[in-house]
Amino acid sequence: MEKPDRGMVRLSAEECKGCGLCVEACPPKVLRLADGLNRSGYHPVCYLNRGCTGCGICFYACPEPGAIVVLRVAA
Amino acid sequence: MPEYTVIHEKARSFYDLYERKAELQHQTHYCPGCGHGIVHKLVAEAIDELGIQDRTILVTPVGCSVFGYYYFDVGNVQAAHGRASAVACAVKRALPESVVLSYQGDGDLAAIGTAEILHAANRGENITVIFVNNAIYAMTGGQMAPTTLLGQSSTTTPSGRNEWNEGYPLHVCELLAALEAPVYLERVALGNNKQIMGAARAVRRAIGNQVKSLGFSLVEILSPCPTIWRKDPVEAQHWVRDEMAKVFPLGVFRDRGTEAGARPAAAPPPALDEVPRLLGIVNGSRLMTDRGGATVDWRIKVAGFGGQGVLMLGEVLAEAGLDAGMEVSWLPSYGPEMRSGTSNCHVRLAAAPIDSPLVSRPNVLLALNQPSLEKFLPTVEPGGWVFYNGQTPPRNGVRADVRVIGRPFTQVGDELGDARAGNMVMLGALLEATGLLPDEAVEGALKRVVKSERWLELDRRALARGRAAVREGSLP
Repeated sequence: MEKPDRGMVRLSAEECKGCGLCVEACPPKVLRLADGLNRSGYHPVCYLNRGCTGCGICFYACPEPGAIVVLRVAA
Repeated sequence: MPEYTVIHEKARSFYDLYERKAELQHQTHYCPGCGHGIVHKLVAEAIDELGIQDRTILVTPVGCSVFGYYYFDVGNVQAAHGRASAVACAVKRALPESVVLSYQGDGDLAAIGTAEILHAANRGENITVIFVNNAIYAMTGGQMAPTTLLGQSSTTTPSGRNEWNEGYPLHVCELLAALEAPVYLERVALGNNKQIMGAARAVRRAIGNQVKSLGFSLVEILSPCPTIWRKDPVEAQHWVRDEMAKVFPLGVFRDRGTEAGARPAAAPPPALDEVPRLLGIVNGSRLMTDRGGATVDWRIKVAGFGGQGVLMLGEVLAEAGLDAGMEVSWLPSYGPEMRSGTSNCHVRLAAAPIDSPLVSRPNVLLALNQPSLEKFLPTVEPGGWVFYNGQTPPRNGVRADVRVIGRPFTQVGDELGDARAGNMVMLGALLEATGLLPDEAVEGALKRVVKSERWLELDRRALARGRAAVREGSLP
């Protein structure tokens, strides 16, 4: 069985303005901008659903206060 | 499935919803990729970590971050352009237990607000300044800012900033580091992950210093403005790191956080009851309203040439009003010349609080020269008093509805020893004719206003002559 990821992100597609700073910042490169548009007309960020390390870097790169929530495996 | 716990989420110091707009209330108003959002998050997180949300007061500027109060669930004040750090000083002094943050952009802090930031820093005020530098006026559409880089184009420097035309980019941290008082000055940037984490530490440090009452702390944050720079957000981030940071070196410019002791609290002002004693006012704090003088409302215009003692006459009236327990105001109005220019002042003496110190409809006119008499006579309220110098009536006609007393006051002063005492001769006449102030109040005021013994003696004689002039109907 595959080892579970250390981290996970919850992304708010409606809060996202599609700036792409988190995509650029993410060390394991597990974020990308979606093909579709959100209500504001931006391509919002989405998670590739695997590979997150829970480092939290995307959280600090993101200018929106609540667009990204980062979780980590409980110790 | 393993258990996950949240390690980073929206800070508690943000509101859940931002009520500025009817829709999209979870989104800030900032452009995609704007550095302000990141700085907001760093500030909010520091407030959360320090546990100071309930005593934090954020002063927001004019500029893109003007709406900070829609986002931060703390006390908020929005200041006039450039004045945020001055307002922050006032808030901090009034509420020393609060933690006061001044959040300002480069147009606000480094152009119109240069005086405010310089002097707040120089006084070592125990406030925290978050200075967001994006090298441009963004909100107004991209004009050159003091921090714009050489060669950087803007709407006002379309072919690039030129040092011979627009000067050099202003280095705020370096400027403030020349001052004695600041405790902590650091320049950080939002150019990559590492820089952002460094900025987070600096913001926490700068706010933490205030919690420890150490004194003035400022963090300058080089921040991207993708929209005005016409770059995509990632390019803009690179530009912060590669271009801005070259011109504005990152680093700590002052750090006395470890050696500085807590700054002493500002000395409390004297108690209100103490003020009359400190000013030497004989009647103490007893107000005229306590004695049933509620209808008193003298609106006095004193006018003449500079050098005739116009302002001093008004000052004696206002000071004497204090002794008599009145509400008073004294408003001088004069040209730049110290002698022979037009000079006048407005004095109000009233039982009730004074709404405006401006006297445009006087009930007493003291005209020390002919032009002033002719100019202001039409403004006197019917039933009012007019005192003028000399016995020649005004050329533009006398008025039957005012009480007029014309005497050669200046000439009498000259006979007493100095023509400049003519103003006190006129004051004596005013006091005798109207009884508007008790003798001891005038004497108390005179002693405070006139420092020289020789003049005090002369002015006392001048007052007596003025009184006699009215009592006896003419000057002897």
